Amino acid sequence: MQETVIKTEKLTKRFGDFIAANELTFEVYKGEIFGFLGANGAGKTTAMRMLCGLSKPSSGSATIAGFDVYKQPESIKKNIGYMSQKFSLYEDLTVTENIRLYAGIYGLSDKDIKEKSEALLHQLGLENEAKKLVKELPLGWRQKLSFSVAVIHKPKIVFLDEPTGGVDPVTRRQFWDLIYDASDKGVTVFVTTHYMDEAEYCNRISIMVDGYIRALDTPAKLKEQYSAASMDEVFYGLAREAKRKAD
Amino acid sequence: MRTLKFLLQKEFRQIFRDKTLLRAMLLAPLVQLMLLPLASNYEIKNIYLAVVDHDHSTYSQKMVSKIVSSGYFKLAGNNASYNDAYQLIEQDKADIILEIPAGFERNLVREGSQKLFIAVNAINGTKALVGGGYLSSILGDYNNDIRLQWMQPDRFNAAPQIDIASSNWYNPLMNYKTFMVPGILVLLVTMMGSMMCALNIVKEKEIGTIEQINVTPVKKYQFILGKLIPFWVLCMVLFSVGMLLAKLVYGIGVAGNIGVLYLFLSVYLIAVLGLGLLISTYAETQQQAMSISFFFMMIFNLLGGLFTPIESMPVWAQWIAHANPVSYFISVMRMVILKGSGLHDIRYHILIMLVFGVVINTWAVMNYRKRA
Amino acid sequence: MKQLLTFIRKEFYHVFRDRKTLLMLFGLPIAQIILFGFALTNEIKNAQIVVSDYSKDIATTQIINKIEASQYFDVAKSLPSHKQIEAAFKEGKIKMAVIFPENFYYDLTHQNKAQIQIIADASDINAATTLTNYVTAIVMDYQLQLVKSGTIPLQIVPEIRMLYNPEMKGEFVFIPGMMSMIMLLICVMMTSISIVREKELGTMEVLLVSPFQPLMVIFSKFVPYVIVSLINVTSILLLSWLLLHLPVKGSILLLYAESLLFIFTSLALGLLISINSKTQQTAMFISLGVTMLPTIILSGFMFPIENMPIPLQVISNIVPSKWFYIIVRSIMIKGAGFSAIWKQTLILFGMMVIILGISLKRFKIRLA
Repeated sequence: MQETVIKTEKLTKRFGDFIAANELTFEVYKGEIFGFLGANGAGKTTAMRMLCGLSKPSSGSATIAGFDVYKQPESIKKNIGYMSQKFSLYEDLTVTENIRLYAGIYGLSDKDIKEKSEALLHQLGLENEAKKLVKELPLGWRQKLSFSVAVIHKPKIVFLDEPTGGVDPVTRRQFWDLIYDASDKGVTVFVTTHYMDEAEYCNRISIMVDGYIRALDTPAKLKEQYSAASMDEVFYGLAREAKRKAD
Repeated sequence: MRTLKFLLQKEFRQIFRDKTLLRAMLLAPLVQLMLLPLASNYEIKNIYLAVVDHDHSTYSQKMVSKIVSSGYFKLAGNNASYNDAYQLIEQDKADIILEIPAGFERNLVREGSQKLFIAVNAINGTKALVGGGYLSSILGDYNNDIRLQWMQPDRFNAAPQIDIASSNWYNPLMNYKTFMVPGILVLLVTMMGSMMCALNIVKEKEIGTIEQINVTPVKKYQFILGKLIPFWVLCMVLFSVGMLLAKLVYGIGVAGNIGVLYLFLSVYLIAVLGLGLLISTYAETQQQAMSISFFFMMIFNLLGGLFTPIESMPVWAQWIAHANPVSYFISVMRMVILKGSGLHDIRYHILIMLVFGVVINTWAVMNYRKRA
Repeated sequence: MKQLLTFIRKEFYHVFRDRKTLLMLFGLPIAQIILFGFALTNEIKNAQIVVSDYSKDIATTQIINKIEASQYFDVAKSLPSHKQIEAAFKEGKIKMAVIFPENFYYDLTHQNKAQIQIIADASDINAATTLTNYVTAIVMDYQLQLVKSGTIPLQIVPEIRMLYNPEMKGEFVFIPGMMSMIMLLICVMMTSISIVREKELGTMEVLLVSPFQPLMVIFSKFVPYVIVSLINVTSILLLSWLLLHLPVKGSILLLYAESLLFIFTSLALGLLISINSKTQQTAMFISLGVTMLPTIILSGFMFPIENMPIPLQVISNIVPSKWFYIIVRSIMIKGAGFSAIWKQTLILFGMMVIILGISLKRFKIRLA
């Protein structure tokens, strides 16, 4: 049987009267690419922030990489990578300096840092840009760099919050190549997205509507279940029921 | 420790990369330190005097020339009537009108007493008081002069006189620059430290990079130390350069032990940077951080005891002043630089600053944790 | 036109939803008026002093009684040595020592002359001067009691009248100065920060590529800040009238018109600064350095301009707040009409045109 790396049980987050995430229960297995879909305001980001230890759940339970979200958020942080929808590298640092910073924060040795950054620059074809400030790079390159930095410490799980927003289709493909590559090496990928074609790339997906998980399965089975030709149709079918206004 | 090293590396790189900001941070305060004391001269010279002399006697003329030769007053005009002179005041061409009534000399001699009319433009209260004061004391001198001339010395001495010999320690020449420069340096270091610290952290919030740091195993205290240490160093540098300029340009040396001053500063900066940290936890945007710090800095600066003595404030304001780190530093600066006070003399100041530092930083860290 | 309104509405949301900033901006003048009006006085009460009476006679007792009876001092009686006085000064325990030498009354009655020694801690000049003046006044008063009136001949008695401000209120100086400070804070600093913020976050580009005139984008940014400034002008005037009993002597309408002129001058400056800075922090520092400081130092409201070295006096002429300060002071306190301030108004207007011209030109260049 597959190893479970994320396990949640009725995980809930309330902001006053507003329930952003309602009794989420699901499991994610090792090496899986798990897609997390939903309209804006459906509660994706809230759910993800709870899993990363960025926000405390109101009730329910969750273990990430075997650690409890309430009691061991610091241990969780050592074992995950995270890339947010806002660009998260320092624009006024160079490519190498950013890599060094995050590698250093995750406790890599100097030797490791040197080897990893060289390998990373080579993989991304950024050797000539190593000394450039990040803000001088095109958006697509920055996102790829961001991802590579997020997995530089070989985390068990990497969380990606709408990683390909505003990126052109070609770069998106390249980005997904990076994701597959990481997944092949045993990194579990937890990704939120708006793009339905990207949903098809995932091993399993869940669809959130108004704070609830309304569907969870492989793309193929979901299409079958909703007798839809594409993921688009599945998604719109569910999203139409939403009462909550998108933000 | 290793994590902290990487964070510090990052902060220093970012600070030194933004040359415009760095220049603004270091140069602007120093330019200010040079200019402010030049401008902030409360010693009032060049008071413009309009004279309305209805008497045209020897006494009145001698009196006017005595006033003008004092060096404080300049003659704005000899006017025929009070209304003419008043016009000069309206146009801001004169500050004081001296009206000498007709028969001044005659009445003085015959009746032993004569009134003089002085009108002061009192829109600027300080200037009016000082100018009026100068004029009164010159008139008093003149009064003594003519009395001495007119009377036999022994009869004049019949009135007992009490002499007041006042000596002003630590600043015998009552030099405003030695008084203002250290105080201004305090305000500058305080503003720089707290504002830069607050803005820097809020900037990471605004851009979103702080999220990335929050999901890494970086501990809160590491992140906070990573922010505080660079600004602590920067403020130390700023202060040192400021002290050097004060010595070179204004010749203000430290009467006491400069080590004591730095000891206090190092504790003080923890409190001030903590204040910046605290503000950053309450602000979401740099604009907010800016307006919040500006608000509190304004109160701290005004109630710091530099412009008006704390003793002269009403009780409620004195309480605020006691809760104001700026007032402690200004007092320590005066004590150590001018009076040569030692560690023993400022022990309570250091202690209070330590308490401030601990309280403010704890508050900030607690509040910071809540948000994450 | 409808587009413009949409943009203006967006800016209103930005400004008026940010409660914290708004609270600070509106709170600032109120706090300042309270501080300046009630906290920053030069009247010292209960200053700690030491009185050393080596004579202990009728005269010294009477003078000391007078000193104690005044509210100015908190008197401790002792006979410290100079060393002890110095130690007390260094610890900041006392502010002044008043010393009566031996045989004070004897000297006064037999030699018609006696001396009092005052040692003041002049590390705080302001306090030292005030306290010395208090003691001097008390002693002079005592001296007058000794002298039967009329025994001194040839008395010149100056009668001093304080024009415009008989109660010598500091408010007359700081209210006009504060008005320009607040407007600069809002119109230069806040405006430039908010424009640069959009640049930094990248939303500015979105606005600029919209079919809307770029200039209108900027213009709509100005509107809420103009309103916030006008509200502040009103609250300053109201508070100074209600709290400090300082009404506007001249025309209120004229005062508002001149304030608007100054607001636009400041906005033009804010625009120029925002064009030239890449980050909010830079914008803030330039605003501080180019507008706030010169206003504090060179506009004449903190320090009299005529006391400054000549180069500073010359530079002060290019500081817009100097002219605005003169205008407000004339209208509020002297009750002057437009004929008295047309020159300053013209200068301010010229400055606005020049600054706006430069910034619009640079703005176009950046777009091209």
